[in-house]
Formats: sequence, structure tokens, C-alpha cells
Amino acid sequence: MKYLSEFRDGALVLKLVNDIRAIVTRPWTIMEICGGQTHSLVKNGLLEMLPKEITMVHGPGCPVCVTPLGIIDEAIHLAEKSNVILCSFGDMLRVPGSKKSLLEVKACGADVRIIYSPLEAVKLAIENPDKEVVFFAVGFETTAPANALSVVHAHKLGVKNYSILASHVLVPPAMEAILSDPETRIDAFLAAGHVCTIMGMEEYYPIVEKYNVPIVVTGFEPVDLLQGILMAVIQLEKGEAKLENQYARVVQREGNKLAQNTISEVFEVSDRTWRGIGEIPLSGFEVRQQYASFNARTKFMLNLAPVEENKECISGAIMKGLKKPVQCPNFGTKCNPEHPLGAPMVSSEGACAAYYHYANSKQVMA
Amino acid sequence: MCLAIPGKLIAITGQLDETFRFGKVSFGGIMKEVNLSMVPEAKVDDYVLVHVGVAISMVDEEEAHKTFEYIRQIGELNELNDDEDVLRSIPNKTARP
Repeated sequence: MKYLSEFRDGALVLKLVNDIRAIVTRPWTIMEICGGQTHSLVKNGLLEMLPKEITMVHGPGCPVCVTPLGIIDEAIHLAEKSNVILCSFGDMLRVPGSKKSLLEVKACGADVRIIYSPLEAVKLAIENPDKEVVFFAVGFETTAPANALSVVHAHKLGVKNYSILASHVLVPPAMEAILSDPETRIDAFLAAGHVCTIMGMEEYYPIVEKYNVPIVVTGFEPVDLLQGILMAVIQLEKGEAKLENQYARVVQREGNKLAQNTISEVFEVSDRTWRGIGEIPLSGFEVRQQYASFNARTKFMLNLAPVEENKECISGAIMKGLKKPVQCPNFGTKCNPEHPLGAPMVSSEGACAAYYHYANSKQVMA
Repeated sequence: MCLAIPGKLIAITGQLDETFRFGKVSFGGIMKEVNLSMVPEAKVDDYVLVHVGVAISMVDEEEAHKTFEYIRQIGELNELNDDEDVLRSIPNKTARP
């Protein structure tokens, strides 16, 4: 088994669609948390195959999309320093800050490098001892262990010219923020499979209980997603609310303890502002005091004035599931991947980008 | 960003200390060096799930098989496995709420 092609099997996909159709009797709104799941649903045409009773809404699980303008400005400010090499995942480069994007400062000569892994940034720091290497550490729980590992690794090797600009967010507080919003109506959630690979499932039981909402930990391939939807619909039709695991081949109940230990070695839970949503208490990670010398905010004494979000971008409403990307007046016109108004249009996990690249928007909107 | 891909561990290529290991992982033939610190139990020929250059989990073959077993059983329960019916209905189904 290769664990990919088997879960993209067309016959199984049709069978699952048929199974969902056979049991659904009423309209249900299901939110997939992760932007990777959104892209898989749209790219594979699954939204159009589902029975009309099922409405999928797209959640806030796009770290690039929820990184506030102020932090992007911090990254730009650092990149513009002559002794800094700023490393970032590729997604962040086009995201507009308050005045420009990282791509624009790179075009003006700043040393901005796209890397695949934070460990590459540590290597760059070793190779460039006369430069300060800053890694723009963006991500959900899935990415936190790798980012934390880069700090532990740099610390062990005695690398002094490496630091991270952390913008780490957590899924469960965002789910609670969505469920507490009186405007939203979500009947069930597909929880983000790779976040749960790290953190396990325990933290979702209180949400199931408090809000009486089914949560199915779900993978990313078409068969995974449809099975997750089927499991959620079975619960909804029976009037149940349970935590279930569709993605047991990589998600264990307790998660990956070693990864959790690495996270808590370097990070502590902190309040975070989410772009488009606002501040959510205890919803992110910041670098612990004992690793302050690896925290770019401390090292470079960053203290930029707060900035206003672009009012033309409705990313908050999109990430809370209140609006679809195609309901934005600027979708595909004033806002497109070349000239985005907000991050969801450029991130590889952004809902707007998914609709722009893969969906027949008239069909989805009809 | 939470994209993670399963790949087959081909070789252990380096070890800095007790936990900090590296290995060569094949993703359908494309080789990448991957950090194995989070999966100390991983051996050559195991499948691991890799995210931003770090293996974050083993892939459990038995659980993968259970997924297909679940789907098979659900189908039997519903006795509505008329795939052609589904195929026919898709092109006509344009309305989304």
C-alpha cells in the first residue's frame, strides 16, 4: 500500500457519495476546519457530487490567512534590514502587508528566501555566520513541532544568529470562537487530521460535549473526506454528537507525545489576534522566555504601531463560514492571486484561492 | 500548510544524538532527506507521514485496511450500490445552496 492512490480511488468515491445520498434526509451544514481539506474538496470536484442537502463551509484552518497584518509588517521590517536573511514558506510571500508584500521587498533587493523546512533555515544560519537568519514561523499545531525543533537544534549546535518570528495558532480555540458566534450555524465538524496527528483527540471531547456537535477527525484524500462526511451525516441523522476518528492510520488518540514535548519545550500558549476574526484568548504559541534569544521579536526589539485590516477583504466572514468566496464583491475582479486584497486568495490553503483555481464559480454560486 | 505526505523510509542516513536522526524517504521515487526525531520507532521500509521536512507520524497499515473494511460494510448495509445511478446524476446536478 502507498497510502495515497488507494484513497483517491474513483469507484470508492462514487460508493461513498451513494452511501451519503442514501442516508441523508435533511439539510446539514458541515465545516471542514483545514484549508488543505477545502482545497481537496474543491479541486476534486467533491462539492458538486454531494447531495444538495449537504452544505460544506470552509473553516479558518489556513495559517497564512489568519496571520494578522501587523505580523506580516514585522516580517517585512526584518527583511528590509541589510544584515537579515528572512526565510519563509512560499505561501507567505504574496500576502499583502499594510503597504507591501514580502515578494515586493524581495524584488527591491531584500534577502528573502523560500524554504521547505525550518531546519534548512538553521543550516543557512550556519553557512552565513555574518548574517542574522530569521525564519517566519507560521502554522497550526501540525507545523509547531518542526518549528520548535529548529530552535532546539540551533540551541544544541550553539547557533547564535538564528531566530524565529512566530505566528502560531491553535485549532480548538478557533472552533469555540466559531461555535460561540451567534451568526454561525455549524451542524458538524471535520477536524483537521494532521493537527490531530500531533495533538491527539482529547481536546475535542469538551467541544463535542459543550456544543453538542459531532466532530470527525478526517484526512485529506477524496475517500477520507467523503468517509468523514458520511460518518458526520450518520451521527446527525441519528441525533448523536460524538468524537470519531476517520484518519486512524496516522491519528492516535493521544497524538504524538514526542512532538508535543518538543512544542512545550520551546513554546507557551498565548493570546493571538486572527486576521479577519480578531483576538482569541489562549489561541496560539509564543516562544518561551528561556529561548528568548531565538525570538526575533525580542532579539530585534520589534514594536511596530498597530495597523488596520483592509476593509475590502471579507476573509473573517469566509473563515467563519458565513460567506462563500464567490459572495465577495471583489472575488476574481479587484482581488485575484496576482493582486490579492487578502491572504485567502494567495495561500495554497485559502478558500478564495481554491475557488479561483478549481471551481466553476457560477456553478458553485447557483 | 498542514500538508503532509506519506513516504517510505529507505535508509537512516545520520544521527546527531539519541533522538536527532535523519533518513532518506521515497515519495513515489522522489527522495528527500527527512528528520526522524519525532518517530524514534521508524525502521527502514516503514511508511512515515512527512510535514515540512519532519516525519510527524508512522502510517499504520492495519488501520488503513480498516478504512476500506468500513466502506465495504457501509455499502452492504445500504444495499444501494448502484454506481451508474450516481454517475448519471452528477452532470445534471449544478445547484448548490
